[in-house]
Amino acid sequence: MQQTLEPNPTQIKDEKIYREMGLTDEEFALAEKMLGRTPNYTETGLFSVMWSEHCSYKNSKPVLKKFPTKGEQVLQGPGEGAGIVDIGDNQAVVFKIESHNSPSAVEPYEGAATGVGGIIRDVFSMGAKPIASLNSLRFGELNTPRVKYLLEQAVAGIADYGNSLGVPTVGGEIQFDDAYKTNPLVNAMVVGLIDHEHIQKGQAKGVGNTVMYVGAATGRDGIHGATFSSVELAEEEEEKERERAAVQAGDPFTEKMLMDACLELVKSDALIGIQDMGAAGLTSSSAEMASKAGYGVEMNLDFIPQREENMTAYEMMLSESQERMLIVVKKGREQEVIDLFEKYDLEAVSVGHVTDDKMLRLIHKGEVVAEVPADSLAEDAPVYHKPSEEPAYYREFQAMEQEVPDVSDYNETLLHLLQQPTIASKEWVYSQFDQHVGANTVVSPGSDAAVVRISEKNKAIAITTDCNSRYIYLDPEIGGKIAVAEAARNVVCSGAKPLAITDGLNFGSPEKPEIFWQIEKSAAGISEACIALESPVIGGNVSLFNEKGGNAIYPTPIIGMVGLIEDLSYITTQNFKSSCDLIYMIGETKDEFGGSELQKMIHGKIFGKAPAIDLEVEVKRQKQILEAIRSGYVASAHDVSEGGAAVAIAESLFGTNGLGAEVKLNGNETSALFAETQSRFILSVKKEHQDAFVQLVEDAMLIGKVTDSGQLIIEGSEKQLIDSNVKSLEDVWKGAIPCLLTLKG
Amino acid sequence: MKFAVVVFPGTSCEVDTYNVIKNKLNENVEFVSHTSESLDKFDAILLPGGASYGDAVRPGAIANMQPVMKAVKKAAESGKLILGIGNGFQILLEAGLLPGALLKNKTLKFVCKPTLLKVENNDTVYTSAYEKGEQITIPIAHGKGNYFCEEATLEQLKANNQIIFTYTSENPNGSIENIAGITNKQGNVLGMMPHPERAVDTLFASIDGLKIFQSIVRNWRESHATNA
Repeated sequence: MQQTLEPNPTQIKDEKIYREMGLTDEEFALAEKMLGRTPNYTETGLFSVMWSEHCSYKNSKPVLKKFPTKGEQVLQGPGEGAGIVDIGDNQAVVFKIESHNSPSAVEPYEGAATGVGGIIRDVFSMGAKPIASLNSLRFGELNTPRVKYLLEQAVAGIADYGNSLGVPTVGGEIQFDDAYKTNPLVNAMVVGLIDHEHIQKGQAKGVGNTVMYVGAATGRDGIHGATFSSVELAEEEEEKERERAAVQAGDPFTEKMLMDACLELVKSDALIGIQDMGAAGLTSSSAEMASKAGYGVEMNLDFIPQREENMTAYEMMLSESQERMLIVVKKGREQEVIDLFEKYDLEAVSVGHVTDDKMLRLIHKGEVVAEVPADSLAEDAPVYHKPSEEPAYYREFQAMEQEVPDVSDYNETLLHLLQQPTIASKEWVYSQFDQHVGANTVVSPGSDAAVVRISEKNKAIAITTDCNSRYIYLDPEIGGKIAVAEAARNVVCSGAKPLAITDGLNFGSPEKPEIFWQIEKSAAGISEACIALESPVIGGNVSLFNEKGGNAIYPTPIIGMVGLIEDLSYITTQNFKSSCDLIYMIGETKDEFGGSELQKMIHGKIFGKAPAIDLEVEVKRQKQILEAIRSGYVASAHDVSEGGAAVAIAESLFGTNGLGAEVKLNGNETSALFAETQSRFILSVKKEHQDAFVQLVEDAMLIGKVTDSGQLIIEGSEKQLIDSNVKSLEDVWKGAIPCLLTLKG
Repeated sequence: MKFAVVVFPGTSCEVDTYNVIKNKLNENVEFVSHTSESLDKFDAILLPGGASYGDAVRPGAIANMQPVMKAVKKAAESGKLILGIGNGFQILLEAGLLPGALLKNKTLKFVCKPTLLKVENNDTVYTSAYEKGEQITIPIAHGKGNYFCEEATLEQLKANNQIIFTYTSENPNGSIENIAGITNKQGNVLGMMPHPERAVDTLFASIDGLKIFQSIVRNWRESHATNA
């Protein structure tokens, strides 16, 4: 019935119906040429989702190609569900970050929940057991009911989904700025653990092998989700309704069953390939598995489990219903797979087979409804080299002199800084996440990096997500370097050697030359820092068109980094440990306030130059600090980031139950306390290790000692700058976000 | 001593619980499926945390209808040790092996954090390794851990010393009388919301949970030495 309502190929072409699906006139012509005829409605749908930015990276590919992706630790670089890095003992970690921004902007609970579900599937589809989850969130400032609603619902969505699965949420970061008011960012990163021999690929090879559909049934939810993620958000009410319909709904219980079943399946030699039905659902999984293996796939859609009646081929192929996987198994072994999934109360259905003709062929109700070369969908999407242009704002900022903000009362300023939501304790957020399931979380959220022990081994991994998008807005190249360097600082401070990164590239519309310039420049900065820090990019995600009404988000390439702690005794945290320990600052302080928390707090906006970074100095300090940590000389380690040295020292005192610090900082008073000069660290060292420590760490300056007074005292070169009770500082730091959320407005 | 760790679809703390018995206590332990009909060969039965059946209907409600629960009830009647943690506690309440109910947290949000507990009764097979009144730190992680019961039940719990753990310093979920864990009248069935299996290693913030498992083994050995 329904199919007769679909426009025929001539109508699609003449009435330019393909435009509604997101294809341009040129792209439709290209599809026609590849096919040798005009595509029908279903085929046009296949091209439109597979050629969306979300699936094809058509706008970002030229930039992505420049990332360093190799290293002796890398077992799998970009191109599969997630990247894989060796951690010794025949074990590896699988990890990736993914965005779910557009769904979370219109339906924050389901959008965020299904974001977590999708990235978890990416990891277990590689055969790895998910052992840690993190999230990187950006919202507007917490002063409107809408923003508070978005935050509360997104956090609840992540919590309800992740907590039900038994995957601990161990860390992440969250920042607030009105650049994200209408375009919040919800990025989730998951790390999985795998033995080398169980690594799986998404491939459909071996003619005659069986293509099976496993997991939840297909409904009409999420149709065209990938396309909708690749355009700007709508402003009209009618359009908003349509967008909400494109958001999928999640079912964590089915995901948990699917995960447990798949982790059992990957140990079977009946399995040839497995891939998540994520963005573009059945279309991307089938076309990509065929294309990667150099084979074809034929599926009979009559067999697809459906939870709605009269679904058309178009609807089934474009649905983004959650908790589904496509697998290829050896011919004749289907029953084993059906029995395995039956144990988990899940359906496993044979829906097709592998062919040698490299076509994706779909049969529905006895007719061939689509017949398209798999490569044309998965590999041959057009690639655009977008024009790039240095924006005027950048030239203005570069021409500005560094300016030290005017601050009179340092105690008051520190108190205010600690209440800025970007600096304040995020306990309100992370206390809603199960951080400990798995019983391997050594360092939970709130420290520089999360630390998760590898079960039954004397080693652990450190994981962090980082991105100061204000610096990147001011100077994308320098900001890109800083994002990677800061992630590495966090990993090193916890006692780990950086291994590799995944990047979540969130930007505005690449159609604008100024935005494309931000993409290019920040990617160049990231690449340079990755090379310097020997941490290649092993995968990631691109989310473009994050803008509304012409206002783009700050460029936000989130860096998710994993490091290896080779011995559990190396694990180090940021808190000072005991009275009389010596406090060292590593690195000089300059008058750098561009994009700083203090500048934003005082002026309500950011401007000027981003803080400078010298990667050679960065690498040297990180190596020396890691060596000192491994030698057992370091009692605590914390990097200096938002809010400067005063905030970093205060943070090192939080949670220490009564410790204090007496510190002397020279130079310009405001800069000494609050400047955001890069490549700096606050370390504490026991007296008996002092000599050995300063031998190792060249740039270490003794600035004071830990006391048991419960007071933070900072002297300047001429007078006392700070004398504050640590408990009072900690109380306002902890109370700031709950307080903002309960305020009316 | 032989332990069973019962696994329902949606259970997620089974490995953590299993590892404590195997690695920290060096005792025999096996996973048991929700479809199993006999627990005769086990001395103690552990119902671990998680979200069985996705917490559909009420947490624990559907788990309670599974075949293994008949065997759990039989084991409880015969005096075997049954420990339910988190979702396991919720299942024991649904099964009627413990009195009362667990409501949504007063904040209506999931909460995960270390909590300070007081050992109210150390004269049980689960707590004899603690001092009476000892303060211990064990983390919680739940959305529905707000213990509630009727006045008459509460009086009975108090009169029989069935309140084993209470939250001190802060009540994280709104539980009546700060209750964190209770036993049945006979004292062989314990349900608790805090997760002792997450506080058993010096790497973590606390090792205070270990004594629960040690108490179980010590008491079982003593009673079996006497019987023999």
